[in-house]
Amino acid sequence: MIRLFKVKEKQRELAENSDGKPPVKKQSAGELRLHKDISELNLPKTCSISFPNGKDDLMNFEVIIRPDEGYYSGGLFTFTFQISPIYPHEAPKVKCKTKVYHPNIDLEGNVCLNILREDWKPVLNINTVIYGLYHLFIEPNHEDPLNADAAAVLRDNPKLFETNVRRAMTGGYVGNTYFSRCV
Amino acid sequence: MAKQISCSRSRDLDKLLLRSGNLVGPTFDPGTDLRNDLQEYAKVLVVGAGGLGCELLKDLAFSGFKNLEVIDMDRIDVSNLNRQFLFRFHDVGKPKAEVAAERVMERVNGVNIVPHFCRIEDKELDFYNDFSIIALGLDSVEARSYINSVVCSFLEYDADDNPREETIKPMVDGGTEGFKGHARVIMPGITPCFECTIWLFPPQVKFPLCTLAETPRTAAHCIEYAHLIKWDEVHDGKTFDPDDPEHMQWIYSEAVKRAELFGIPGVTYTLTQGVVKNIIPAIASTNAIISAACALETLKIASGCSKTLSNYLTYNGVDGLHTKVTEFEKDKDCLVCGPGILIELDTTISLKKFIDQLEDHPKLLLSRVSVSYRGKNLYMQAPAVLEEMTRSNLDKPLHELMDKCPKDIVHVTGAAGKSGSKQSCLRKLRVVFKVNDGVIDMDVANGA
Repeated sequence: MIRLFKVKEKQRELAENSDGKPPVKKQSAGELRLHKDISELNLPKTCSISFPNGKDDLMNFEVIIRPDEGYYSGGLFTFTFQISPIYPHEAPKVKCKTKVYHPNIDLEGNVCLNILREDWKPVLNINTVIYGLYHLFIEPNHEDPLNADAAAVLRDNPKLFETNVRRAMTGGYVGNTYFSRCV
Repeated sequence: MAKQISCSRSRDLDKLLLRSGNLVGPTFDPGTDLRNDLQEYAKVLVVGAGGLGCELLKDLAFSGFKNLEVIDMDRIDVSNLNRQFLFRFHDVGKPKAEVAAERVMERVNGVNIVPHFCRIEDKELDFYNDFSIIALGLDSVEARSYINSVVCSFLEYDADDNPREETIKPMVDGGTEGFKGHARVIMPGITPCFECTIWLFPPQVKFPLCTLAETPRTAAHCIEYAHLIKWDEVHDGKTFDPDDPEHMQWIYSEAVKRAELFGIPGVTYTLTQGVVKNIIPAIASTNAIISAACALETLKIASGCSKTLSNYLTYNGVDGLHTKVTEFEKDKDCLVCGPGILIELDTTISLKKFIDQLEDHPKLLLSRVSVSYRGKNLYMQAPAVLEEMTRSNLDKPLHELMDKCPKDIVHVTGAAGKSGSKQSCLRKLRVVFKVNDGVIDMDVANGA
């Protein structure tokens, strides 16, 4: 190896004067895998995606879900996605930007979805996460609640739950919390 | 011939460098010239000046390397003092890289260490290319992944898909966690790189949010509740900083309150730090063992005095002492260190024509293609919003979209295979542009 180092010293002096375009920042393996996931997205018509930072920043994007069935039919819910450079080794960080009355989404926007935390596997992708989020609106789950009150109402009095959801979506109070309109 | 093994301070080193043996590398040339060349021409970068970094600097300085540099963005903390032996109580608060460099230079005659108090991402790529060997004493997957991608970007392949020896930049990577550790040799293009074996890492432990919110059972649940849920509720907008002791103290007191509410024992300030920052208590001896292995490999690579370990050593000191070396194989399709597929193109070809060509290329057979170049998405076939934003690039010459580089790497995704059995894939392509009257000679461009 030492011989190589001496040769490299001399080479570098020569290369310093050649055409050398300076090497620019590298794309991480995470960005490449994300590029693949995004280019293969197959979203249902109820979900759409947007890139607020332009076409070259795929690591931060927004997904809008408009359920067309179930308790949340007609509502419009925005989620922000933040992808880490070591994706898919780490799950995407997803938060709900729309304040919603839901047993699995709290008032800060945290989403309780198993594949985003304990069940994430690198073989999953953005498509599966979006489908998972969509499923939360079609079948809210009162067994693993982030919003205990909403979960209790869904479990004990589904009719009241339906009313609460509608009131929250059209803009109004449920208990002491005010929800802005999102239909 | 080489019999000058005197009773000098470099006696042990001389035994390795001044005489031949049965385990030497193929190009080993013993003698005082080798020893002097090591001092004059070998430049080693130590990444990290913590548990591994301090030991590495000492070991490398004692191994005859005279040109060292060290980079670390942290300042010294009291909790470092049990193992980062170059630091003393009165050094707390000073930059690790600077104090470490100063201390080793005080104690070892003739060694020169240049400290860099900054993040590894803040350095230009040229900075890393300057070194003969890079030794890593890092503590995160992310940092290793970054350095790996930088070093592998220097790697070039010839027309037969063989790595060019002069572009291989060796790395020695060490890691420790309590009583366990690893040391590995990475020769980009020959051994697996960090990404090739990233599947070795087990997934991090993540608790379900609902457990944290409603049904905590352990002290860690209480701490994570305060960290992930309660913080945002109270400090709307303010980002949690794990290195700010006031923030950590807040998390600790909230965790204690929650633990009392649910009758869960065991929340301590130390545990809080451990859970929030993913820290495992560190042991001096593990760091010393792993750094010694890394420093030895660095010496072997630089001098050829012995064959390097091939290629991944694991150490476990939990019950007794156990080490094993495993020879992992490179992933030939690795996006970071793999050769990719060589494609020769005309400078006039449009992006659209290039994409069409990929469908018939025998090694690719790609359809529904998306193309990216150095972080810029040249064309995305989906989703609709991105397809619209990139459609205008289709008619432009690829050479222009690639900033007129004579050759560079491009990544493409798409569905591969004959119709009926298509599989989605992501491929690395080595694009080389031919001038109209002949191929640009790659060797001449490189200045060999």
